[in-house]
Amino acid sequence: MDLNFTAAELAFRDEVRQFMRDQLPSDIAERVRNGLAVRADDYTRWQKILHARGWGGPGWPTQFGGPDWGPVHIHIYEEEAAAAGAPRTIPFGLKMVAPVIMAFGSPAQQQRFLPRILSGEDWWCQGYSEPGAGSDLASLKTRAERQGDHYLVNGQKTWNTLGQYADWIFCLVRTDPNAPKQQQGISFLLIDMKTPGITVRPIITMDGAHEVNEVWFENVKVPVENRVGEENKGWTYAKFLLGHERTNIAGVGASKRELSRLKSIASKEVKNGRPLIEDPLFAARLAQVEIDLMALEITNLRALSAETEKRAPGPEASILKIKGTEVQQALSELMMYAVGPYALPFGRVSTEEGDLQSVAGPDYAAPLAATYCNVRKVTIYGGSNEIQRNIISQMILGL
Amino acid sequence: MDFNFSEEQQLLADTVQRFLRENYTFEARRDILNSKAGWSRDNWQAMAGLGLTALNVPEEHGGLGNGPVETMLVMNALGEGLILEPFLAAAVLTPALLIALGDHAANEQLMPDIASGERIVIVAHQEPQTRGELNHVATRAEKTSNGYVLDGLKNVISGGGAADELLISARTSGRTGDTDGVSIFRVDPKTPGVTVKDYGTIDGQRAADIQLGKVSVPASSLIGLEGQASAAIEAAHEQALSALCAEAVGIMKAVNAATLEYTKNRKQFGVPISRFQALQHRMADMFLNSEQAQSMSYLAAIKCVDPDVAERRRALSAAKVVIGQASRFVGQQAIQLHGGMGMTDELMVSHHFKRLTAIDLTFGDADFHIQRFIAATTPAG
Repeated sequence: MDLNFTAAELAFRDEVRQFMRDQLPSDIAERVRNGLAVRADDYTRWQKILHARGWGGPGWPTQFGGPDWGPVHIHIYEEEAAAAGAPRTIPFGLKMVAPVIMAFGSPAQQQRFLPRILSGEDWWCQGYSEPGAGSDLASLKTRAERQGDHYLVNGQKTWNTLGQYADWIFCLVRTDPNAPKQQQGISFLLIDMKTPGITVRPIITMDGAHEVNEVWFENVKVPVENRVGEENKGWTYAKFLLGHERTNIAGVGASKRELSRLKSIASKEVKNGRPLIEDPLFAARLAQVEIDLMALEITNLRALSAETEKRAPGPEASILKIKGTEVQQALSELMMYAVGPYALPFGRVSTEEGDLQSVAGPDYAAPLAATYCNVRKVTIYGGSNEIQRNIISQMILGL
Repeated sequence: MDFNFSEEQQLLADTVQRFLRENYTFEARRDILNSKAGWSRDNWQAMAGLGLTALNVPEEHGGLGNGPVETMLVMNALGEGLILEPFLAAAVLTPALLIALGDHAANEQLMPDIASGERIVIVAHQEPQTRGELNHVATRAEKTSNGYVLDGLKNVISGGGAADELLISARTSGRTGDTDGVSIFRVDPKTPGVTVKDYGTIDGQRAADIQLGKVSVPASSLIGLEGQASAAIEAAHEQALSALCAEAVGIMKAVNAATLEYTKNRKQFGVPISRFQALQHRMADMFLNSEQAQSMSYLAAIKCVDPDVAERRRALSAAKVVIGQASRFVGQQAIQLHGGMGMTDELMVSHHFKRLTAIDLTFGDADFHIQRFIAATTPAG
């Protein structure tokens, strides 16, 4: 048993670190490190820089222009990027639809879509959830009727993340409403967001942010050639995609960065004439999160090690999802409590226009309550933590 | 990065599991529990025969010279088996302390007998106000013309009643709580002035309060340098802590398996109670807790011999926090899910629960270790 990285892995870590120092634009890193929303243009700017280095798609095979890293290299890359303050990877193109196109798409689809995802030219979003289909995704109702060389799509998707910037959307649609099981009548379509009949309506969340949308489809014509794989087999591809969504699900690197921001804030805040970080009760709560994060990091490495040895990582990812999101929420909560009442003044910090100018109180306090509100989402999305417990009890415990 | 074990390590774990299957059935354990001594010298010798008492003794003194990872695997198994013999105290803590003290003469005299199982040597360090704080030594050792006079109380010393010989910590200088001034003495428990009050603890194990009333010992009973034992005491306790964590992990896995099995078989409202989502989610959380505990037990095994003392403290305390909390949660929920049956003496789960309870209270509870973790963490780190 050995918890250390190999010499080659350490050398790679240094290489990534150096790259981040040299290439990550400081204005972007500053927004990330201070908990501000990253601008859409900045995501694209960063993707182009990564692409120029050949690191546009960390998990991608060389065949499609990726660096063909194994799980440990991807992990190291993600950790270093997060620590340096790089924007998170918007997963919908690079980590979600791309693996599906690679595995199930036609050569024509691969040539058409993959290079533009890698280069950051196309922004993708996801059309999965519907008002009546959340955790029970397979009950989705958006209809796609075959009419000659195209489908006619009608319905409504929701919780669509950052679709206001998207060039394309990948959608699960119902092509056979009469299939004996609801999982059987679903297809996987790639839809150009400029197609007539698509309406994107913002959903403003409680932090004031415009991060999610409703997407309405009214007689939207989608060429049959934009269907991935076979008709009515979409659920298989969707499940494959959900498996890919789980990479870096623990978010250890980002949480480490947030922990150090928390410590920095708690060192500046003063209680009874002493830095808050020296208050015994606060210090104990802080230590508890730090310790939980240490345990999560090792559990994550164990899952990675299993993945490297091709022992299915599968359901263990549910542990990482549950513990990772609990740590994220605990950190945001502690950060807000660390500043106390000055967490309450509310500006437009959650928006792209937001900057680190507090309405009142220290600037570092400005985004904290909004972030606390925002990360309530993490235990809900990507399969709620209750769904993850179902997965553990069914797939691991055999209940 | 590698979470696999070597063939030898796997073999060792198998050996211990086989020993437990053959010698440590629920009934056999109950007979030992009800015996006058409360533990079995025969079992101790059987374990010695398997090389277990030699595990942590260096090869130059007739031992196997294994490390914390092997100890972890053995403790996983012994935890599940809930052995009543003082393995952690006599075969982990004691050799670790002797190695750390590095007194060649003492090691030559004691180690071969420890390895062979012939002599049970127990560290008597804990005092009523220790509560994990290892420098809290109030017991005094006054120097005389030809030796020392020990005076003080050591309490809840695991396996203290089984000791053929005691290694007692006492202060030769300084004040209670000082790092400097603590020394270790070899003491025969039959020495005049030593009173050993042997008793059973809630988890079925044995412990003793050891009263030292003006106990005269010769100068030769000092092990290592006078007044400089604190670093060795801490180093040894970190290894024992790692072993204790591994024991807890072994128990949690057993408890979770038993709970799963029980809920699949127990029927209410016409269905196995394992069908109920409230119970499924509880068991998912129990599993999650034991996995996090497992991760921290690995970390503890790797870090308990780290030369960087602050880093070692941070890792071991973090491990004890996670494992102490997980032990409480898993133990309590296992009883809850077993319902009335979980309350009885007849099922292993109640015995496992009691040992998990004791483990959190041993070598400093989770609250103590959160404090020690904070103290060992630099504000920026």
